[in-house]
Order: sequence, then C-alpha cells, then structure tokens
Amino acid sequence: MNLLRRNTIQFAAALAATLLVPLRAFAAWNKEAFQAKTAADALKGLGVGASAESRDIVIEAPQIAENGAVVPVEITSNVPNTKSIAVVIDKNPFPLTAKFDFGEGALPYVKVNVKMGESSFVRVFAEAGGRFHTASKEIKVTIGGCGG
Amino acid sequence: MAEPMKIRATLKGDLADVRVLMVHPMETGQRKDTAGNLAPTHFIQEMSVRLNGKSVIEGQISQAVSRNPVFSFRLKGVKAGDKIEIAWLDNLGERSQADVAIA
Repeated sequence: MNLLRRNTIQFAAALAATLLVPLRAFAAWNKEAFQAKTAADALKGLGVGASAESRDIVIEAPQIAENGAVVPVEITSNVPNTKSIAVVIDKNPFPLTAKFDFGEGALPYVKVNVKMGESSFVRVFAEAGGRFHTASKEIKVTIGGCGG
Repeated sequence: MAEPMKIRATLKGDLADVRVLMVHPMETGQRKDTAGNLAPTHFIQEMSVRLNGKSVIEGQISQAVSRNPVFSFRLKGVKAGDKIEIAWLDNLGERSQADVAIA
C-alpha cells in the first residue's frame, strides 16, 4: 500500500515535471500573417496599417545576392521606443519572413540570413508608440533559394 | 531530438552581442529531394531569448529563414555572469533550448 502510494506520488511528480518543463511559453505564431501569399495580406495579418517611410531604419544587405538561399540581412531601428520589427520580402511565396518583439533589455536590432526566390524589395516595418515606420531595400538575386 | 544550439555572447561595456546558430533543415515545402518528391515543410516558427530568466526577445519566423539559422541580437544592461537562454519551437512541435553565461 505504502509502496503503491509512493510510486503513485513519484509517478505524479515525474509526470508533472515532464509536463511542466517543456511548456515554455512562446508568443503564438501568427498563422494568418505568415501564410499570407501577398505582402498586403501579410501586413493586414500583422495589423500594420499606414506606415511612414523612415530613414531611422537601417537595412544592411547586399545589393546583389549571388545565392538566394543565404542572403544576410541586418536591421537596426533607430526609431525611439521601437518594440517590434517585421521583415517582408515582397516576391517570396510567403512574403512575411520574420517578426521580432523586443522587450526591455534588448536593442531593436537583428541580423538574420533569409532565402529569396527572386530579386525583390525587402521591406522592414518597425512599430514604435503605436505607429509603423518602414524602410526598404532592393536585393537582386542571381540564383533563387527556395526550390533547388 | 534536435541538435544543440550554439550560442556566443560577447560583452562590450554593458552591451552584449549575442549570436546563435540553430541546427535545422528549414524546409520550405518547395524543395524536391533526389527522388523528385517534395520535401515536407519543416521549419522553426517561434523563438525566444531570455536574459536571467526574463524574456527580452520573442521572434516568429517563416520557412524563408535560411537553413541552419544564424541570428544576431543585441542586449543592453548586461554584465559578466548573466545568463542568456534561447529556445525554439518548430511546426512539427520539436523544440530545443540552450543557455550560456556571459563571460
């Protein structure tokens, strides 16, 4: 009886541990925005309304990418109080590529390698104080990186 | 079981440059394998960066992030000994988590 009880408790504790440890919370993946096939629908899914062109968003990326499978894109937002950055590649099959939310303790900066199917504008949307700021850069791709 | 991530953090003053490599195929669902079949979509969707247990960056990404993704981030107000934890979750429910103490 005691043994059974102990086993039950141990089992319950082990179960709780396995259930609790992996349950690390993530912000839910925005399916609507990420599965959108046009940049306009992706922006709608993200809730990006009117946005103003801004020189305070710096996009560092090659003008010509020889290999579309790995295109390095480095983004810095100098817009005060930037709380998120979204990256949209207009001509990709699913234009929305990434969205980062920055909390206290993080600078609104990210560098990421992306795939580009063909030459396209890469647009960045930074949200600050409920407003959206945008900048873009055209990247020409010699060999596409989505199929292959 | 996903392969471990590699995290490197370098401190300059109170700014930390954090670079992470995640080992992942990032299949777009459009690539054909050698037999001519489409490789099923398999990609990281969510990630998070924590500093001393507190979330500082939450990311969502698509299949258009390159294979074996490498990200760089910058954290402020950081000192030696602080702990950075990074975790990801993919579209098939696989996940990985790693941490590093800033030297």
